[in-house]
Amino acid sequence: MRQHWPWGLLLVALALLPLVSGEYYINLASQILIFAVFASSINLLLGYGGLPTLGHASYLGVAAYLSALLGLKLGISPLFAAPLALVGTTLMAAAFGLVSLRATGLGFLMLTLALSQVLWGTAYRWVSMTDGDNGLRGLARPMPFGLNLDQASAFYWFTLAIGAVAIWLMAVFVASPFGAALRGTRDQPRRMSALGYNVWLLRWITFIYAGFWGAVSGLLFVYYHKYIHPVSLSLTNSAEGLLAVIAGGSGTLAGPLVGAAIVMLLKNYVSAYVERWNMLLGFVFVVIVVFMPEGVVPGVKRLWRRYISRT
Amino acid sequence: MAALHIQNLKKAFGGLPAINDVSLTVEEGERRLIIGPNGAGKTTLFNLVTGDLNSDSGTIFLFDQDITRRATHRRVHLGLARTYQIITLFPKDTLEHNIALSLLGLSKRRWNAFARSHLPEEAKSVLALVGLDHLAKRPVSEVAYGEKRRLEIAMALAQKPRVLLLDEPLAGLSREERGTVKQLISRIPRETTVVMIEHDMDTALDMADRITVLHYGRVIVEGNRAAVVADPKTREVYLGH
Repeated sequence: MRQHWPWGLLLVALALLPLVSGEYYINLASQILIFAVFASSINLLLGYGGLPTLGHASYLGVAAYLSALLGLKLGISPLFAAPLALVGTTLMAAAFGLVSLRATGLGFLMLTLALSQVLWGTAYRWVSMTDGDNGLRGLARPMPFGLNLDQASAFYWFTLAIGAVAIWLMAVFVASPFGAALRGTRDQPRRMSALGYNVWLLRWITFIYAGFWGAVSGLLFVYYHKYIHPVSLSLTNSAEGLLAVIAGGSGTLAGPLVGAAIVMLLKNYVSAYVERWNMLLGFVFVVIVVFMPEGVVPGVKRLWRRYISRT
Repeated sequence: MAALHIQNLKKAFGGLPAINDVSLTVEEGERRLIIGPNGAGKTTLFNLVTGDLNSDSGTIFLFDQDITRRATHRRVHLGLARTYQIITLFPKDTLEHNIALSLLGLSKRRWNAFARSHLPEEAKSVLALVGLDHLAKRPVSEVAYGEKRRLEIAMALAQKPRVLLLDEPLAGLSREERGTVKQLISRIPRETTVVMIEHDMDTALDMADRITVLHYGRVIVEGNRAAVVADPKTREVYLGH
């Protein structure tokens, strides 16, 4: 039986954060949480399915654009736009999965990349719809149960609640019999077929599930920024998510959370002092890969066990 | 009714025929041994039967059902199980988990994405059948080669297959381990039809009802033990060198 108390403790600590810190850090924490949901959804594919995706920004970006456009063009409030955006993006994930899962490994990587580049290009060029490089401005946050989320701490709690549910549901997914089968297809796909599993279908369902949670992170993203730009659909965004998963530890639940925190802290905090934060991110990534090739979370666990056994 | 019936099966790799017009009938409950020198097409034949490879032509029947174009996993649900010549297990997982994956493969629970994944109690009893229950919690990577072989067979047996394909189950084992595995195979109930590949002729002859000799993708001799051993063609391709 896995122990749950560290997660409970973490949740309580995170919930108390706005009481002790200023607005800047609350906003930073919101961004980390949003990115953690995004990275966790990538982890379903990469860490548990063994499917390296370089196009996951598609689901974040499309959900965000759908929510924004439904509001701006059709006047639908964010709260009602949310389920529409989620359904639309999830259906798109189903279609993209049909194409991408023609291959695995590098082929899968390239197909996911190609599909996401199409969307990115469209967002840039379809100026009448997306306003291209200017992005879409003047968006509003939803008001669930009449709650105003414009305050930093209110939005943070909202994000924390959604993020906790998202990560919990992803944890349940990977711990289930389905999750066990999925990990089996990662390690021995041929053997899994020979044991009676429909490997393709397992992967496709996971692809759709990951797309759904990518979409959820996209909604949180657009609510936070009240703005959406094609860069959210870009390769850079997909790659940063992938980087967070690998740096934190793919195939672990805590890995993407730690990885998301690392990437977001570097991106937001350090970039205030160092102009070329990308270089620093690259450097940190190299150090992690050299010293903890399995990622920070499994790496620290390993060092900790070694330390315990020595004392 | 034949458990496995193969008709004029052909498979070529880049123009080189690996299975060249093979026809074969294995009766229900039979123990069939398939032997042949390296490159005779034995494993290719298994891969065609399981669907790991698609045949170029010919038909395969499993209990009178045409399975020639069925997906691998669907053949498994019709009662087909196999082991691999090169051990194919989940090395980081425990022995118990390996068996559980095998049991789950035929269970509807495998689609359940919201239940807690607890290992069925059955997994332990399956391990007990092959004398590995004391290693249930060990990761596969930590157990000996012979134990991995037994685990492979246990994973196949866990599914209570109607037709079991064993690809060189004795390969790489010591004399003692060989005895254990042979005993294990001889205890498989007769409801299960067993087709077994062996490279080495002498090791497994005594386990078979009938023997098929494969050479360059063709069946050259088929019959009971005495007939096959006595046949000059067997001697030529097999015992002669």
